[in-house]
Amino acid sequence: MNDATVQMPTLRQRFEAWVTRGQRPIREPLRLERRRIYILPTGQGYAFALLLFVLFLWSINYSNSMGFAFTFLLAAVAQNSMWQAHDNLLGLIVHPAQVAPVFAGQPALFGVRLENPDPRPRYGIALQGQDQPPCYADLPASGTTLVTLAMPSERRGWLRPGRIRVLTRYPLGLLQSWSWVEFDAACLVYPAPRGRRPLPVRQAGARGSGQRAEGPGSEDYAGFRPYAPGDSPRRIAWKAATRGGPLLVKRFTDQTRPELWLDWALLGDDPTEARLGQLCQWVLKAESEGHRYGLRLPGVSIAPGQGEQQRRRCLEVLALYSGDGVKTTS
Amino acid sequence: MKLWKRARATPPPGEPLSPPGLVWLLVTLTLAVLLHAGQLPIWLVLGFLALAGWRAAIVWYSWSLPAPALRLLLALLAAGAVLAHYKTLLGRDAGVALLAAMAACKLLETRDLRDGVVLVFLGYLLVMGKLLYSQDIPVVAGLLGVVLLLLTAQVTLHRQHAGLSGLAPLRLTGRMLLLAVPVMLILFVLFPRIPGPLWGLPKDAYQGRTGLSDEMTPGTISELIQSGAVAFRVRFTGVLPPPAQRYWRGPVLEQFDGRRWTTADERPMATLMPFTPLGPALDYAVILEPSNQRWLLALDLPARLPPGALMTHTFQVLRSEPVNEVYRYELRSYPQYRTGELSAAERVRALQLPARGNSRARMLAADWQQADAQPEARVNRALALFREQPFYYTLKPSLLGVDGVDDFLFRSREGFCEHYASAFVFLMRAAGVPARVVTGYLGGEPGTLGNYLIVRQSDAHAWAEVWLEERGWVRIDPTAAVAPDRVRDGVYAAVTDPGGLLPFLARRGGDLEWLRQLALGWDALNIAWNEWVLAYGPQRQRDFLSGLGFGEVDWEEMILALLLALSVLGLVYAGLRWQSRRERDPVARAWQQVCKRLARRGLVRGGHEGPLDFSERVAAARPDLAEAIRALGQHYAALRYGPAASPEQVRQLQRQVRHLRL
Repeated sequence: MNDATVQMPTLRQRFEAWVTRGQRPIREPLRLERRRIYILPTGQGYAFALLLFVLFLWSINYSNSMGFAFTFLLAAVAQNSMWQAHDNLLGLIVHPAQVAPVFAGQPALFGVRLENPDPRPRYGIALQGQDQPPCYADLPASGTTLVTLAMPSERRGWLRPGRIRVLTRYPLGLLQSWSWVEFDAACLVYPAPRGRRPLPVRQAGARGSGQRAEGPGSEDYAGFRPYAPGDSPRRIAWKAATRGGPLLVKRFTDQTRPELWLDWALLGDDPTEARLGQLCQWVLKAESEGHRYGLRLPGVSIAPGQGEQQRRRCLEVLALYSGDGVKTTS
Repeated sequence: MKLWKRARATPPPGEPLSPPGLVWLLVTLTLAVLLHAGQLPIWLVLGFLALAGWRAAIVWYSWSLPAPALRLLLALLAAGAVLAHYKTLLGRDAGVALLAAMAACKLLETRDLRDGVVLVFLGYLLVMGKLLYSQDIPVVAGLLGVVLLLLTAQVTLHRQHAGLSGLAPLRLTGRMLLLAVPVMLILFVLFPRIPGPLWGLPKDAYQGRTGLSDEMTPGTISELIQSGAVAFRVRFTGVLPPPAQRYWRGPVLEQFDGRRWTTADERPMATLMPFTPLGPALDYAVILEPSNQRWLLALDLPARLPPGALMTHTFQVLRSEPVNEVYRYELRSYPQYRTGELSAAERVRALQLPARGNSRARMLAADWQQADAQPEARVNRALALFREQPFYYTLKPSLLGVDGVDDFLFRSREGFCEHYASAFVFLMRAAGVPARVVTGYLGGEPGTLGNYLIVRQSDAHAWAEVWLEERGWVRIDPTAAVAPDRVRDGVYAAVTDPGGLLPFLARRGGDLEWLRQLALGWDALNIAWNEWVLAYGPQRQRDFLSGLGFGEVDWEEMILALLLALSVLGLVYAGLRWQSRRERDPVARAWQQVCKRLARRGLVRGGHEGPLDFSERVAAARPDLAEAIRALGQHYAALRYGPAASPEQVRQLQRQVRHLRL
């Protein structure tokens, strides 16, 4: 990690770590049980307690019997809402998160399926990442709902969602019950494509400044592949798109064209992250323009190739590059 | 128009509220304010309706909210109007009016969740405010409805609960209220009650209570008698006393200034004034309506006092604090009695007369004193005067001049009980017989259910007491000499009431007797309500708990009992919940059974371990079980996390569990 400053954990973080010390990241569906559900009043809850106290004093001062009954009724309702907030989470099944890679700067989307095994609906259940706003969903009786948790991705590499809160303020908003869930999932964040250098179009194996690519040229049509960010709009199969299908991009191969080497060394003295951004940009461009391309970084080299797999391999390497090589495990 | 164009530029609010929640809130607050309509000035009610309507239009037509400047103006205007109307912002009346005005203004700036919640809280305060005016059954029922709606608004205000649409939130809060009732009852009965008030109450706290006062001028009681309101109800342990004994003693008036009777100094107090009972005792409990006065009504003469009460030298029972809640107390009285000697000070008080005035009455009394050596004979002469001369008993007597007693005795000869009592005591004092005026209530109507009496303000009465050498203080009711029916059948039978001044409920045996009987049935419900619910204060709580056989109960024991009762209730709820969950989920139950059995063999499933992980671990630890446990874990996971399990699949899982040999 580039994070050089090591901060002392705050009291709150230490408390949370202590509370969740027995919990492991989940790989299987997790059923929320009593011992991992916590509950505390919200700001509204404290305000309500103050209101009850005022009503109580009022009842005493006026010796108002129905005032006492009213105050006690509201207190009992608040107590009942505590049970309900707890029950709203109890037995809920959280499935492991599904995630797809993103480019740095795009939100990393963790798709979490919440399952309600009980024949009663559950309302207002949210997932909340650290320092993120909660994403609410309703669960139908004996049904599931997919909640997509968006986390900002700032740096390339593996992004772990960290400890996620499953929370609810149902029914009155006076209390929040929550549970912590950690997913054994991480989002691979590619470097953000950037830089304005043209593709280094040269003869195979050659090095040096690139020649401008000559546009589409006389390429052979080689089928479709799904749209990916960075694809040229000119290559999108708009006809197919108007029929309501997913966005597809036409693939062309040009066997007569030489192979491209996207080489770290071509980028002179640029800082590491700028070089990686440029390389990323090149990979996307080369792929969309139908080049065969290879990638060379200090200590890593990917043989020229083409297609979705080649693109993914290159981007993975860029995402995980760390000066002296690439760590491939998360 | 310009004023609320600018509002769009204000910064975005916090967590937004859901439009259905706002609609619930608007309806509910309007209802709450309408419940107060009786005591709020009409302009305030109309103003509230106008602003609520405006806010509803803002929701409906998606207008923008008024600009902050306009809102501030409205708020200042509303507060100013309340201040101008009540001359204060403190106290019950102005306070409730201010709450309603604030709610109206707050509606116009409500945009986010926080504003909505503030409005719900204002609604709860309005409910409490209404209870300070009335705790009658219909009012309480109406307020319960408002609370239900306020809770519904509180649920639906949260945008994340928007999935609860239509009447679903109402069903939810209705269920919550029902489940809250047992807890509320336990708290109501067992939460130690603290005697109030904790600090001084505003002057208007108990305004508008009708009842006896500690002075009497001509007209005091005939005004009171036009109210059909219940003064108190009495439950007797034995039979009801005959009508002639139903004299309820209130303030005793000894000071006369020629027009006005007032109580003498009430300070010399004792826990009990001694007297000799001559007959059987009557035990009864009085459930007194709030009177904002200290006196406790009692049958002549009270012998045993409720705790904390004292007695004046005139046998008047006083509480240390004014009665501002429904108050229940128990008493014992002896209808037949003989009181003791008259002290010198008492004799002076009982013979006091203004220096001059009413000379004809004085002369008449002086004649009597000359003619009869026996005081009793003088008493009889006065009663004979009322009986034989053409005196009338009427609610609308003609006005009296400066010498009121003379004017009444020799000219108008029409009056109500206060005229007769006043003139009689004047004559007695002038004739040298110690005498005083006693005010209180006479009579009471038996309720239809249970042996209790309803005593209304219309039963208010004034009579006299004279002190006779061998008998002590003796009650003389001069009104009875004029209108004997008054004692037997109540005021309606006795009085000539041309103006229709008497309240409906005081007219016994009229055309609408069946309706009156219906009202009496309703009253039977009210006495139970008053006795068991409204009168449940610190004293009644201790009595009730010791009556259950706990002996003397202090507040620590109450807290203990409270916690115990709540825990028992909690266990009952938890048991019910567990039961329903168990029945609902046979798949989970089968798996738990497996886990429990494995735990006994030392293979405890960790909280984080899913069925597949756990069965792998078990398989590693017990290779002999590997195949069976893996199959079971997979089957369970498939049923648990896959599509809904069919009954056949569930049965198969249960079979697998049974056949697992550890």
